Amino acid sequence: MEKLCNSVVEKIRAICDKFGNKPGELINILHESQHTVGYLPMEVQAIIAEKLNIPVSRVYGVVTFYAFFTMVPKGKHPVSVCLGTACYVRGSEKILEEFKRTLGIDVGETTEDGRFSLDCLRCVGACGLAPVAMVGEKVYGHLNPADIKKIIKDFSQD
Amino acid sequence: MKISSIEDLKKIRERASVHLKPREQSDHQDSSATCGLKKGTPKIQILTCGGTGCKASQSHLIADNFKKLIAENNLEGKVEVITTGCFGFCEKGPIVKIIPDNTFYTKVKPEDAEEIFTTHIIGGKRVNRLLYVDPKRKTTVSDSKHMDFYRKQVRIALRNCGLIDPEDIVEYIARDGYFALADCLLNRSPKAVIDEIKKSGLRGRGGGGFPTGLKWEIASKNQSKEKYVVCNADEGDPGAFMDRSIMEGDPNSIVEAMAICGYAIGATHGLVYIRAEYPLAVERLKIAIKQARELGLLGKKILGTSFSFDINIRYGAGAFVCGEETALIHSMEGRRGEPTLKPPFPAESGYNGKPTNVNNVETFANVPIIINKGADWFASIGSDRSKGTKVFALAGKINNVGLIEVPMGTTLREVIFDIGGGIKGGKQFKAVQTGGPSGGCLTEKHLDTPIDFDTLTAAGSMMGSGGMIVMDEDNCMVSVARFYLDFIVGESCGKCTPCRIGNKRMLEILDKIIAGNGTMQDLDKLKTLAGVIKDTALCGLGQTSPNPVLSTLSNFWDEYVEHVRDKKCRAKQCKALLTYVINPEKCIGCHACAIGCPAGAIEGVPRKPHAIIFSKCIKCGMCMSRCKFKAVSVV
Repeated sequence: MEKLCNSVVEKIRAICDKFGNKPGELINILHESQHTVGYLPMEVQAIIAEKLNIPVSRVYGVVTFYAFFTMVPKGKHPVSVCLGTACYVRGSEKILEEFKRTLGIDVGETTEDGRFSLDCLRCVGACGLAPVAMVGEKVYGHLNPADIKKIIKDFSQD
Repeated sequence: MKISSIEDLKKIRERASVHLKPREQSDHQDSSATCGLKKGTPKIQILTCGGTGCKASQSHLIADNFKKLIAENNLEGKVEVITTGCFGFCEKGPIVKIIPDNTFYTKVKPEDAEEIFTTHIIGGKRVNRLLYVDPKRKTTVSDSKHMDFYRKQVRIALRNCGLIDPEDIVEYIARDGYFALADCLLNRSPKAVIDEIKKSGLRGRGGGGFPTGLKWEIASKNQSKEKYVVCNADEGDPGAFMDRSIMEGDPNSIVEAMAICGYAIGATHGLVYIRAEYPLAVERLKIAIKQARELGLLGKKILGTSFSFDINIRYGAGAFVCGEETALIHSMEGRRGEPTLKPPFPAESGYNGKPTNVNNVETFANVPIIINKGADWFASIGSDRSKGTKVFALAGKINNVGLIEVPMGTTLREVIFDIGGGIKGGKQFKAVQTGGPSGGCLTEKHLDTPIDFDTLTAAGSMMGSGGMIVMDEDNCMVSVARFYLDFIVGESCGKCTPCRIGNKRMLEILDKIIAGNGTMQDLDKLKTLAGVIKDTALCGLGQTSPNPVLSTLSNFWDEYVEHVRDKKCRAKQCKALLTYVINPEKCIGCHACAIGCPAGAIEGVPRKPHAIIFSKCIKCGMCMSRCKFKAVSVV
């Protein structure tokens, strides 16, 4: 298990305290912990389990159940391709293929330099712009496989 | 200030209605006269869409630019920018509407703000290039009233979306907001409220269509000191955004309806279970709750009565199964969102073991207006057994993507061809999918089916929460079935065997067919498996999960057979069954395809026709999308 620095450990403990260390608040605690740390490694889960006085298996069970929680750190620029039905029927699979090929990673992975990670999401809600992908908070609409290289290039500078 | 009586509420409504009236009136007017400060219009309101779809196209920058121009010209008292919820016409977003002359600008870019400001707001002339062009008549249409997209719509649940500022409770009050709650608390018994909802015929908009009044009645009869009202805002159906738009555009209607429900069933706690992926909806809901508390419309002793009610927010974390009410309740308790057998129903033993009433966002959005206008008014709209309207997220291969609301009983043809403007690019209509992963694909022969809970189920699909995805000739129905099944396999909670393993096996069979290795026995196996899963899965998600496969099997049998027997995909979507070729007569040798090909599978010298090396081709279609001369085709 990798070692977390003390300040992070303290932050996680503080989050648990804030929610009264109640097992019923587990999902809220995980949301806030992921927001703070960026992901939910085993050590974070162990701290939460200890604070809430529940088995770590229950925490792990919840983390792995919900798509929103991740145990792998995201890239500096997380790429999410919408695979909602509206985007799917307008060709989002080809967009995803192109991102995979351009970045050289599969869904759920992060590039070696830590710049990009690739994920799918179910619906951005911008169905009028389908097919849609997001890089960080920025939404790209009406995408064509030929657009992908340029988008990645735009983010490769910083 | 706290509102402690109906008089206080009336005073606020009166004060705010001055502000809102021009917007309400303009909705019914033709936009014949244009306004402008130079033409003597005293006060102008600029409405910009602040929904997620338009925000993705930078509508917030449009609002910022207008605000800057107003400040620069010292016109703060005369011109005002209001960020509203979704107008619904997402295809043409971002939308900007000018009041009082009701001009409806489409596809506005942040830099267009200046032209609209100078030409229209100041000068009183329309900016014609930003007006909507009717695709059939090729004429410009300057107001929403005359657009086919809006003509057949009846907006009840969406009554305030695109009209009011969702971050200002006062604008909601000006639209008779919280008067329904006041009426219930001051003039009606809980039983009378339930009777009114029962009489209206309102059925659950989340998919099941269970009578809402009956649900409330069951919850009210279970005696307990502690009861809960839950709003299911975990809209997980991919391609559906009805609930999100309501929460973004009119969050107070949900707050008010939950309080009414609390009064009716005897609950003092409300919980909204909302997707964490909807940051804007979460934000607006939080603002609405905060403002309602400040005005005393939530909290202790509301409007001077003995009724107390408050609402808290719980976040989902991305699990489709949490739309099922028992799974949702477990998730709110901090557990894995796994469903449990009913009974016990949540109305008997729900959140923390207490009686709990769960309704969907759109269902709640209908409640205040039913109380205000009466059950008879509501029941006069819609079809025989499905009353009122239904909101649909119309998307896919359709000209007018957007959020629409139509009376129950409207036909699919009216929705797709009149409101939706038909199929994109003049292509052939193939299918419409309703009900999301639990629904099915309907075809040409179902187009004249009136849409309601029962007719859609009879046709082999279901109402679902309101996603409506249109497909054209380029969509392969076997792939569509695979898409939904893949979704289900990813979202199955794994608790019961039929759903966990059965769907996985079905997915494998579909993969085999798509890869060109299917046999006719596989089609029989699909049918058998689907039947078993339907009969034996534990929850609604599992029991309906084979629907996309079953409906495509029955409506597109030929297409399955083609994949299996002829190894052909008529929509040219299944890679393994395709070959890309370059037509030497059309190819001018520009080399664009070869540069773009990620597999290095295209050979040829400049200015001479190129050719694809089939052994290297990965069938990504990049050459086809890069060719400007239509020389690449797929057979």
